[in-house]
Amino acid sequence: MSGLAVTRLNVSHGAIHALHDITFSVEPGQLAAVIGSNGAGKTTLLRTLSGLKDASSGAAQWENREMLGVKPEDLVRRGISHVSEGKSVIPELTVKENLVLGGIWRGDKADTAQAIEEVVELFPRLGERMSQSADTLSGGERQMLAIGRALVSRPKLLLLDEPSLGLAPLVIEQIFQTVDHLRHKLGLTVVLVEQNAMSALEIADIGIIINLGHVVATGKAKELIDDPALRAAYLGY
Amino acid sequence: MQKVIETLLIGLTTGSIYALMSLALVLVWRSTRVINFAQAGQAMFATYIGFEISSRSGIFWLGLLFAIVGGALLGAGVDYFFMRVLFKHANTGPAAVVAPVIATLGLLGLIRSVVGLTWGGEFKTIEAPASTDGYTIGSTTIPFSALNALIIITVSIILIGLALLFQRTNLGLALRASAYAPEIAKLAGIRTAQTRTIGWAIAGGVGGVAGMLVTSNNFLSPYSLDLLLVFGFIAAVIGGLESMVGAVIGALVLGIGLTFILNYVGTSLVFIGGFTVLILVLLIKPDGIMAKGKGRRA
Amino acid sequence: MRKKIAFFILLGWALLIIGDRVDELRVYQGAQIAMYTIALASIVLLTGYSGQVSLGNGAMMAVGGYSAALTLNNLQTPIWFAFLMAILVSACFGSLLGAAAARLSGPYLAGTTLALAVGLPAIANQFSFLGGEPGLLFDVGFPPERFGEEFTQYKWFFWIASVIALLALFITSNILQSRFGRTWRAIRGNSLAAELAGIHSSRMKVLAFTISSALAGLAGAVLAMTISLVAPGAYSLTLSFALVTGAVLAGVSSLPGVVLGGAILVAIPEIADALAGRFGNADSLNNYLPGLITSVLLILSVIYTPNGPGENLRKHLRKKHAH
Repeated sequence: MSGLAVTRLNVSHGAIHALHDITFSVEPGQLAAVIGSNGAGKTTLLRTLSGLKDASSGAAQWENREMLGVKPEDLVRRGISHVSEGKSVIPELTVKENLVLGGIWRGDKADTAQAIEEVVELFPRLGERMSQSADTLSGGERQMLAIGRALVSRPKLLLLDEPSLGLAPLVIEQIFQTVDHLRHKLGLTVVLVEQNAMSALEIADIGIIINLGHVVATGKAKELIDDPALRAAYLGY
Repeated sequence: MQKVIETLLIGLTTGSIYALMSLALVLVWRSTRVINFAQAGQAMFATYIGFEISSRSGIFWLGLLFAIVGGALLGAGVDYFFMRVLFKHANTGPAAVVAPVIATLGLLGLIRSVVGLTWGGEFKTIEAPASTDGYTIGSTTIPFSALNALIIITVSIILIGLALLFQRTNLGLALRASAYAPEIAKLAGIRTAQTRTIGWAIAGGVGGVAGMLVTSNNFLSPYSLDLLLVFGFIAAVIGGLESMVGAVIGALVLGIGLTFILNYVGTSLVFIGGFTVLILVLLIKPDGIMAKGKGRRA
Repeated sequence: MRKKIAFFILLGWALLIIGDRVDELRVYQGAQIAMYTIALASIVLLTGYSGQVSLGNGAMMAVGGYSAALTLNNLQTPIWFAFLMAILVSACFGSLLGAAAARLSGPYLAGTTLALAVGLPAIANQFSFLGGEPGLLFDVGFPPERFGEEFTQYKWFFWIASVIALLALFITSNILQSRFGRTWRAIRGNSLAAELAGIHSSRMKVLAFTISSALAGLAGAVLAMTISLVAPGAYSLTLSFALVTGAVLAGVSSLPGVVLGGAILVAIPEIADALAGRFGNADSLNNYLPGLITSVLLILSVIYTPNGPGENLRKHLRKKHAH
């Protein structure tokens, strides 16, 4: 199994046990949607996977190598990019600088320029605003920039935290379409954390439903959508 | 009128040296959220190295080069061997907030004693690289000298170099990103801990230049840079602590303002003037003159 | 309350006895310890309780010292009145500084007070009525004759300093146990929550600054007494620096610790002297060894026991209890 495998992962915030024995796996090229309500532990899960937070026990492997205990900047070098919650761009920098940032670690200026061109092709709106400060972008544009910055790192595994947060329905639709398009085009493995369960499951291969720090259901996305009990209990419709 | 221009020119010289110290403080503040009081000590140590080299070789610029390198190495060392350990240990309890500040104060004392033990307390002088006699225009001699001009030019070159480094290079981008948003920088693959150490090294080198320049028309002692630290801090506060451009502008304003007080009122009010400016800025515009309407991250 | 008064009287009596049994140098050092005790109490009250950091206590001590000297020299008042003026004037300065400081957060406050510590003593150089570099005389006079001929000048210093220190500690400990002390701790813990609970945190901070400065000013006057003069050199950055070290070593939030902190500050030059003697008494050793010891102690304690050795001990005991 060379994709992502999370085994009995436990994470605490001080005295609060935030994640209990989380276990799931994602095959290479698959899109996994992690669904759950506010405070279920979705963001904690992603932050642990990308090295921002320490786990208290368990294992998480990417391409058969341990991820836990590795610094975020080293995980980037192993092809893991995390787009953190809340449009993770640096407002003090220009759009172009935000994009370049994702490529610095590779030390290959030509390839970074190439990667930026690909991002601009994907998000033409960013291309028009390259020298503006990221502060001036709209919410949707910021999310595109955050994803774009992650793509410049040329990831194999993309961890996306609530890309739809605070965006208008039309923009959300567009972001999800882009994510879907991207992973087919680039063969990305994606872990998508979402409250917006329906939209996320629609583009996902598998779904993982988390409630109060426990995995309550995993399975093919289609099956989860069709399970009436789950729909009522966790998907909220 | 002539006195006004003279005062402006001298103030510009003073201000440009303050600018280096205030930049050094701002660089460290942005990356580490600590006002590095040890900066005075680091700069002093670097200046003593510069003093040794320039007095043995007779070449000021060689001394300056060594002061820069020495200051940079010391700055990096302080971050790597001192601040990292500090942040690992002192992170709980009532003293956690004040621990870093107090620690840099302790470091200032440590460097001062080591310098005092090594070089003794007597005043040293560094031979100025240019004439300290004022220029003569027509029949009058003004206090502005070739050395003053050289100081302004040297500082300008360093400022331009820093601006290019920060705006045009990937290292500069990494330094800025790590300062503004360390978490996002890490997720983008930047090694922020190393980047921070590089920031400390740059600050240390810049501080070394400030020490050498200030000493080129003054004396050097284990205490001689304390006032430079205070004025550098005031300048940085005027600029808002976050902005490098603000630090430079704040320093020039302060340098020129204090020179006007010196020339028109007298030496006795220079420090009081500086301190009053500090209090006024903090009370009226605590985010500094460069702040935009919005509040800044703390 | 009555217990506490009894304790302080007992402490005073013990000091009296000790003062009679030890030699002149120790008596003098006793006076110094008393002086440092007051100064450290001023830092503990400010930093340990209200959570504000001031690096400028040396400057506040200078204010107190100069006020006392000016009062005594120009108005020919009794000594106690000079000490009282030291308290009042520095309290005024303190409330002004506090009004500015209440709006400042950590780094700004630290930098501002450091600027004061560097600059204020230097200002004394610039004004002739402050006596310039050599400073002003501060002579509290000979001990009263009824104490007999055996009663030395140093013992007189020691008595005055001890009485003042005991009074200061008594009052400070009462303030810290009063409503004010609790409020300060609440603000230090969480100033937003305190604000929501209806506490005027900025007013309380100004009050903390005022009382702390009054204590520092008093310590400054006691220092002036022990060296019989006030001069810029006596209130240098080195003094502020030593005080911060003493406070950290004492545990910034422990009032009883300040006596220990004071003793350490007096012991450091003594130890440095002994060491310097062993290494040949070079000038630079005599001048810089105390500073070296102080800074190493400060750095080590701030890294390993930032809240004072006392806290580590308490933690250790708590852990033992738990097992």
